[in-house]
Amino acid sequence: MSDAHADISKHVKSYIGVFLALAVLTVVTVAISRVHFSGSGNVIVALAIAAFKASLVAAIFMHLKWEKSPSIWWSLVICAMFFLFLILIPVLAVGDLPPQAQHGMWDVVSPAAGGGGH
Amino acid sequence: MSVAVLPYTVKPHPVTGVYSGKLGTWLFLASEVMLFGALFSAYVLLRVGAPATGPAAWPTHDQTHLSWKIGGFNTLVLIVSSVTMVMAWASLKMNNLAKGRMYLGITVALAFVFIIVKLLFEYIPKFNAGHTPSHNNFFALYFTLTGLHALHIIGGIVVITYFIFPGSTLWRKDPEYYTNRIECTGLYWHFVDLVWIFLFPVLYLM
Repeated sequence: MSDAHADISKHVKSYIGVFLALAVLTVVTVAISRVHFSGSGNVIVALAIAAFKASLVAAIFMHLKWEKSPSIWWSLVICAMFFLFLILIPVLAVGDLPPQAQHGMWDVVSPAAGGGGH
Repeated sequence: MSVAVLPYTVKPHPVTGVYSGKLGTWLFLASEVMLFGALFSAYVLLRVGAPATGPAAWPTHDQTHLSWKIGGFNTLVLIVSSVTMVMAWASLKMNNLAKGRMYLGITVALAFVFIIVKLLFEYIPKFNAGHTPSHNNFFALYFTLTGLHALHIIGGIVVITYFIFPGSTLWRKDPEYYTNRIECTGLYWHFVDLVWIFLFPVLYLM
């Protein structure tokens, strides 16, 4: 086999490390959701922690840290570009949303609740 | 019955630099990113497009009745199952089939825990309370996203169980090929865990 036993033992240590990090970050995610940040702060913090956890899983559990195949990396780069576009669609659709919804999106006070004051 | 021999199941393909099953699994996962990505995109669109008040407004935590304790518990279950999955591969790399199968067995058991908790403590009480997918946009998205994810967990149970029992005969013929197939199964399983890492805060905490 290509990897020697010593290499696998090193891998196992990093698996345990990632497990502990993921467990702690899950607790942090719950704890921090109870703190109220201004604006979109809570959403940004929660998604940032989730993205960090996901990259730990991808790098260590899915072996991307040791991945050298250009075919796999190119597939992932192209996939990431299309994924970004998918997530951008709601932003591109802003102009098509009903006016009432647009106010709900960008302003704290909606026309229905605040009598159009914004 | 003649058995066709697949090329490059163990040795790296000269063009791609990796055994073919692994590249195939990554391409499949790329398509999975688009599948879940489209639903996440729908979630963002419907959530930011919801009016701030009135019956169509986005429900608050009190109205979704989602417990972060149950969601958090299942998050930890999946994280542990990811560790046992990768430990199964590491055990096979160290030539220990018995240990590898034991870790695969624990992974399947944890997958069952996830599904049973989801059914008994979430889906069934939600349906009994009338919080069905047709209740509002939130529950439509909640059931679509978590339902699709749960189908992936069930798919994982089927594949891993196959490799514990009938699939493991491959070990005697070609242990490296078997180990590679477990690595590909692991890639899929970690992806399912990765999706949940995003689903948990998005549905339970925001």
